[in-house]
Amino acid sequence: MEKAIKKYFPIFVLPTMVAFTIGFIAPFLLGVYLSFCKFTTVTDAKFVGISNYTKILGDSVFIHSLGYTALFTVVSVILINVLAFVIAMLLTKGIKGTNIFRTVFFMPNLIGGIILGYIWQLLLNGILAHFQRTLTYSSVYGFWGLIILMCWQQIGYMMIIYISGIQNIPGELIEAAKIDGASSWQVLKSVTLPMVMPSITICTFLTLTNGFKLFDQNLALTNGAPSRMSEMLALNIYNTFYGRTGYEGVGQAKAVVFFLIVAVIAVLQNKLTRSKEVQQ
Amino acid sequence: MKFKKVFAVLVSATMITGLFAGCGSNEKGSSASTSKSSNSASSSKEEADDQDAKPSGDGKVYYLNFKPEQADQWVDLAKTYTDETGVDVQVQTAASGTYESTLKSEMAKDEAPTLFQVNGPVGLKTWKDYCYDLSDSQIYKDLSSDDYALKDGDAVQGIAYVIETYGIVYNKAILNQYFELPDAEIKSIDELNNFDALKKVADGIQAHKDDLGVEGAFTSAGMDSSSDWRFKTHLANLPVYYEYQDKDIDSTEAIEGTYLDNYKNIWDLYITDSTCEPSMLSSKTGEDAASEFALGEAVFYQNGTWAYNDVKDMEVADEDMGMLPIYIGAKGEENQGLCTGSENYWCVNKNASPEDIQATLDFMAWVVESDAGRDMLANEMGFVTPFTTFDEYLPSNPLVKANDEYTKAGKTPVSWNFTTMPSETWKNDLGSALLEYAQGTGEWDAVKTAFVDNWATEYQASNAE
Repeated sequence: MEKAIKKYFPIFVLPTMVAFTIGFIAPFLLGVYLSFCKFTTVTDAKFVGISNYTKILGDSVFIHSLGYTALFTVVSVILINVLAFVIAMLLTKGIKGTNIFRTVFFMPNLIGGIILGYIWQLLLNGILAHFQRTLTYSSVYGFWGLIILMCWQQIGYMMIIYISGIQNIPGELIEAAKIDGASSWQVLKSVTLPMVMPSITICTFLTLTNGFKLFDQNLALTNGAPSRMSEMLALNIYNTFYGRTGYEGVGQAKAVVFFLIVAVIAVLQNKLTRSKEVQQ
Repeated sequence: MKFKKVFAVLVSATMITGLFAGCGSNEKGSSASTSKSSNSASSSKEEADDQDAKPSGDGKVYYLNFKPEQADQWVDLAKTYTDETGVDVQVQTAASGTYESTLKSEMAKDEAPTLFQVNGPVGLKTWKDYCYDLSDSQIYKDLSSDDYALKDGDAVQGIAYVIETYGIVYNKAILNQYFELPDAEIKSIDELNNFDALKKVADGIQAHKDDLGVEGAFTSAGMDSSSDWRFKTHLANLPVYYEYQDKDIDSTEAIEGTYLDNYKNIWDLYITDSTCEPSMLSSKTGEDAASEFALGEAVFYQNGTWAYNDVKDMEVADEDMGMLPIYIGAKGEENQGLCTGSENYWCVNKNASPEDIQATLDFMAWVVESDAGRDMLANEMGFVTPFTTFDEYLPSNPLVKANDEYTKAGKTPVSWNFTTMPSETWKNDLGSALLEYAQGTGEWDAVKTAFVDNWATEYQASNAE
């Protein structure tokens, strides 16, 4: 059996591999190549070496975007995960209407980012209008607007993952802890949290990468205004690509840098939370 | 076991994320894809017609249209052409504000557009390697003046197909009410021919806004990033124009900003005598301004002939619409006319097959020479065109008529120099600086920097090899 699988695995893997190559590997390699080129359309690229990368260094807006995005990611990862975990705890206590609550909390996820951005833009501007302000008045408003939006959209999703993690904790573990006289805080700290560590790994990974890659919501909510001060990395790359003649390659180079940053952070995060997981 | 479950959750989570990503991109492309689907429906029908109708050359036309306002009319026109000649014509329209990105991806395909648009000399720079020389084409022969062609040496690379005009659209009825007020400083439209008069009128209207039943003199200067082109591009054209006039040039690598104070004056006027607080401008859009004007809540509305479709058949009657030149207080502006020019140039893709190029040239000639084409452009789309073939086809748009009156009165039209602005980034930065100044979070100096210093840097960046 084992042998047969080894023998035929190329055949089984082939369809996925073809799709993966067409959909991911080929565009990725082409993208990396293009970051060293000057081009108008992707088919007429001319190799220019690393000049695209040197142009990034002098781009203060890009540096600002990097900082802004990092700050956004830190705040959103903490808020989303803490709130999602709290809600998950509440909704595994067996209170009435648990299922309805779970569904309701999950629903925002089913709406696309652009639509969400516009809806929240209307809502938040409606509130700010009482103070003669708008969301794009300063990047601080835009920042918290985005945080609220992302929390609203993602908490429900992370909550579902936490719920499945919490429900997987064997009842006898908690029971044993209680018999030994552990307070509910101790149970949470020493039993629940270590046991849901795999869920935490997944959730922090998802929120972290989502935070860095955020594009739709940023585009629809503030579009970088004012003065590109609320422009996050992905939007910055997009605007570089289309902003000036001859800067397509620079946008592409930024995208490669962006990929490296996200990849390194994601790997580090994975290592860090994985090491805390306990085998059952 | 537990690990497996978590793994399953992870896998399904990834899959669902993929689904959402799919949703997101669908929404962005939706407006483009609707037109696409209607096109493909009509094109398949066209092909069916092809087979039982007359056979013709192998060439086909693929037009990537810039103006979403006229998307359906172009599809209809293409259909008419196909019915008449049997040549397959595809028309696609990029969603508003996404033309460059759509064009970039379409041009990389095997079936690239044979007919596309650039917005002027700066846009041409991106695409000049793709432009077919139109100097021998029929459509170039029909062009009334070389001013409407984009040239590179002797080669004609782009041909304007629509001329547009902008200025300050105003409501004659309310303005006349103001003239009759006892303390009105300006008594007739003829006196309203310079910046000081414009300021007096605007201040007067603002002071009497309750008597006149309006909410402000000017419509809100919407600076939402979808709409700030009215100010960062069109209004900014005037200081650029006067500087070019003084120096007798038509483009520059470094601007001095000699008319920036005038730019500040007019901008101050726009945001002070307005329907809304300056701090609210960042979320106001051009649509807000259009509706304020159309409902008679404001008197002045800076926009162009294309805006007629948005404001007609509402509270303001056609005969009450007029257009004033944008006075900024420059010397001799009593003789200034409206801003007239084009940022819609047709280019033919020289990388297309010779048959397709020929088919495209034939199609273009047909559009400006046949009755069906001329009727569609002038009457349905409401275009004023720079072609000699259009003498009997004048549109009914009152804003176009306003322009004719200024031209007849011997005023000098202001040319569209904003097509020489160095890059999109330059415009965006200027727009942001204007907004920050307006809402009080920035200084006018930032506008100066964005206007003068950025011009040089952006020019360098865009033209560096």
